[in-house]
Amino acid sequence: MTYRARVTGAFLAAVLSTTAFNGAFAADDTIKVGILHSLSGTMAISETTLKDAMLMLIDEQNKKGGLLGKKLEAVVVDPASDWPLFAEKARELVSVDKVSAVFGCWTSVSRKSVLPVFEELNSILFYPVQYEGEESQRNVFYTGAAPNQQAIPAVDYLMENEEVERWVLAGTDYVYPRTTNKILEAYLIAKGVKPEDIMINYTPFGHSDWQTIVSDIKKFGSAGKKTAVVSTINGDANVPFYKELGNQGIKAEDIPVVAFSVGEEELAGLDTGPLVGHLAAWNYFQSVDNPANAEFIKTWKAYTKNDKRVTNDPMEAHYIGFNMWLKAVEKAGTTDTDAVLDAMIGVSVPNLSGGYSTMMPNHHITKPVLIGEIQGDGQFETVWETPGLVVGDEWSDYLPDSKDLISDWRAPMSCGNFNVATGKCGGKGS
Amino acid sequence: MYRIFQTLLIALCLFTAIPGGLRAEEGLRDLVNALGEAKLSNMDEHIAALAKTGDAKVVPVLEALGEGMLYARKADNQVFLTKESGSNLTLTDPVTGESAGEAPKAAFSKIKVNNGVRRAVRTALGSLTLLSPDRNQRLKAAQSVLQSPNADALGAIENALAAEKDAEVRALLERARATTLLISDRPVDEKKEAVQVLKQSGGREALSILSTALNSADETLRPDIEAALAGIEQTQALWAAGQNVWYGLSLGSVLLLAAIGLAITFGVMGIINMAHGEMVMLGAYTTFMVQEILRNSFPGLFDWSLAIALPLAFLVTGAVGMAMERGVIRFLYGRPLETLLATWGISLILQQSVRSIFGPTNREVGNPSWMSGAFELGGLTITWNRLWIILFALAVFAALLFLLKKTPMGLQMRAVTQNRRMASSMGIRTPWVDALTFALGSGIAGMAGVALSQIDNVSPNLGQGYIIDSFMVVVFGGVGNLWGTLVGAFSLGILNKFLEPYAGAVLGKILVLVLIILFIQKRPRGLFALKGRAVEA
Repeated sequence: MTYRARVTGAFLAAVLSTTAFNGAFAADDTIKVGILHSLSGTMAISETTLKDAMLMLIDEQNKKGGLLGKKLEAVVVDPASDWPLFAEKARELVSVDKVSAVFGCWTSVSRKSVLPVFEELNSILFYPVQYEGEESQRNVFYTGAAPNQQAIPAVDYLMENEEVERWVLAGTDYVYPRTTNKILEAYLIAKGVKPEDIMINYTPFGHSDWQTIVSDIKKFGSAGKKTAVVSTINGDANVPFYKELGNQGIKAEDIPVVAFSVGEEELAGLDTGPLVGHLAAWNYFQSVDNPANAEFIKTWKAYTKNDKRVTNDPMEAHYIGFNMWLKAVEKAGTTDTDAVLDAMIGVSVPNLSGGYSTMMPNHHITKPVLIGEIQGDGQFETVWETPGLVVGDEWSDYLPDSKDLISDWRAPMSCGNFNVATGKCGGKGS
Repeated sequence: MYRIFQTLLIALCLFTAIPGGLRAEEGLRDLVNALGEAKLSNMDEHIAALAKTGDAKVVPVLEALGEGMLYARKADNQVFLTKESGSNLTLTDPVTGESAGEAPKAAFSKIKVNNGVRRAVRTALGSLTLLSPDRNQRLKAAQSVLQSPNADALGAIENALAAEKDAEVRALLERARATTLLISDRPVDEKKEAVQVLKQSGGREALSILSTALNSADETLRPDIEAALAGIEQTQALWAAGQNVWYGLSLGSVLLLAAIGLAITFGVMGIINMAHGEMVMLGAYTTFMVQEILRNSFPGLFDWSLAIALPLAFLVTGAVGMAMERGVIRFLYGRPLETLLATWGISLILQQSVRSIFGPTNREVGNPSWMSGAFELGGLTITWNRLWIILFALAVFAALLFLLKKTPMGLQMRAVTQNRRMASSMGIRTPWVDALTFALGSGIAGMAGVALSQIDNVSPNLGQGYIIDSFMVVVFGGVGNLWGTLVGAFSLGILNKFLEPYAGAVLGKILVLVLIILFIQKRPRGLFALKGRAVEA
């Protein structure tokens, strides 16, 4: 009820203000921040946590005195895991609530659905999840990992440390796994892996009967070469997959599985005893040992009043994105979209893995890449990390039609898909 | 066992040669402490050095290392075996085996392990414990030397084989010897024999070992290995068909469990119940609650958690079903479209309330020990949880059949669904029979939830994944016929599993749907159509 009242109120205020004062009146006493995460439907399982994390960050910032002398105000909407509704809610946030920036989306399809809205209304979206790349948009900042910040280093790790020669690329059937696997396949073949040593397998969303596939993996792995599984299986289907692995006795020492969508949150629903040693590649683990992270975990547990709540990588991405936005707004001295877009590039803030992340001209950030092994207590232990930070590469170098593309949103280029071969802006994805 | 052995050994050292014993002890301590400073990349050398001492004290150290329970004290790099107790660590001295008190965790750093280290530990432990007096220990040791063969261990394996009496351990050791022999520098004749041993043992493991050996084999051995491989592959191909049938039965049993409650509410009563999946979910959450209580209060009863959860889930979901029928559905009889919308609304309400109460994330439901792992039956790998689920599904089916055909309540249910007015004039209170029937269907869905919590996510979305499959099975099998549901579930399961290897999981599912649509065109009433007057009612 109160939510509806507030929306209506904001709507009335917006209508009044547009007629009387040309816009910015409603934002006079507070700066509004939109949160666009599903709180119901299939994706609620992952996205609700991010909404809580954002509320906590805003709360903390207000305790520190807000931004530009004003308090921050969170506007939460529920797009209910419904992709077209994401666009509608984004429009509502920007044009009705007049938010200065939106933090949201999880699946690539929801991001694609809101892109035109942010472009049309010229607002800012922070997208916190690892994704398939092949995109760079003027109004979007990608704080999650691009494939070269997660998938490629993971494969490198397996090649060098586990001497893997045979690869199973298993994924859920949608755009992120398909594109990532396309990049990985091209990368592996470039590295001299024979096509017959790569097995690609897709399963539907929420797949729960993994018997055949796990037994196929076992069979594929008994060809006398060290085998590993690279899993882009989507959150929900992972629990039955790992249960089946455990039950059929596939041990990490024999066939390790490295996952890109399994974090602390997903493991919370699992007995990780039989899974010790399977891997995940992220840019952050809750187990990372440094004071900033310890503080973050403490605040999170206190905020949620639950000692068992875990933190995860997309939460850290929001932490980075939110702090970058604060810094850029302070630098620009205004929340005006164009000024903030300019000020964002080059902004550098501490991340939780013990370093600084910088916003690059391609709207992706620099991050360390960590490889962790699952432990018996549902946490990860970092067994390898990149020596320095990795710059997010939006257009993969391993796909023929995007290797010539670059993105640079600084003037004078200001282009998300500049083709260096033809010297023109506007290649794929324009 | 070790403790005694260790103390004996220490005592022996002390009595016979105190200086020598001490020196050896110090050497061992240095080796163990070196683990604390080792990098992940050179850990295997340190492990090999430890294993080379042949000292029995090394065994618990390596075991702890593999389990990640070995910690180094930050102050002086002293390494200890530890056990966690709250935020403290209980320390044990690695060399003397004596307790070294408790200390806060922050003063220690864990010695990191990765898969490579675990493999090295497995190899080292294997050769160290081959002669252990404990049979299970030897079995484990034989398994680990088989899994990570090491040419240096061949002598140890042969010694162990000569002393071994237990048949199961012997068989494993024979295979381990053959495997190790293949990578050693023994003469070709011995290797040929080894290939034969492996061929006889068969199975995927032998396949993997032999194909590895093939990569490095010389010309004289090659034909032997190739022949053995071909032989094993042939038998494997035969078993693969059997394995597919098993997978199909297992998938069918899951479908049967999900659909059997719906066979009552939709099949017998004709209510399009979109909240059926949510009953399954509630059953799964009941299991979670039961396990949570057991874990906190009666950890000893954990293996019984499912047995306790079953009747509870039946009661909880049965009660919810009863409330649904009395509160909503009974006002909508004869209006299928409105029933569909109302029950769909209820399903959303149930989902969201579970989400608000338990949170949107997955909840952990553990497998009791008797439902974990797998066993081999010929060339089939059968996982215990699947086996139990098949048995459970059949038991539920049999019980339901008995209830409907042999009890007064079942008689009344059938009477009411076949001819409501006649049943009513015979003195049956039809509204209550309706309520009870609906409660029964819902309760069975709840019991299915208990079983499904063992193989699937326990999240608010659990039910959605099953609702379409359930309707599919009931419609395919023939509405109103329990046997149809049984046959429908198993045939869909097996069909799916035979399509999957060729078409892939995504296309396989689509093909099954297309086939069902075509089938329904031909036989609109499903496999086992009801005939006669019941159809008209």
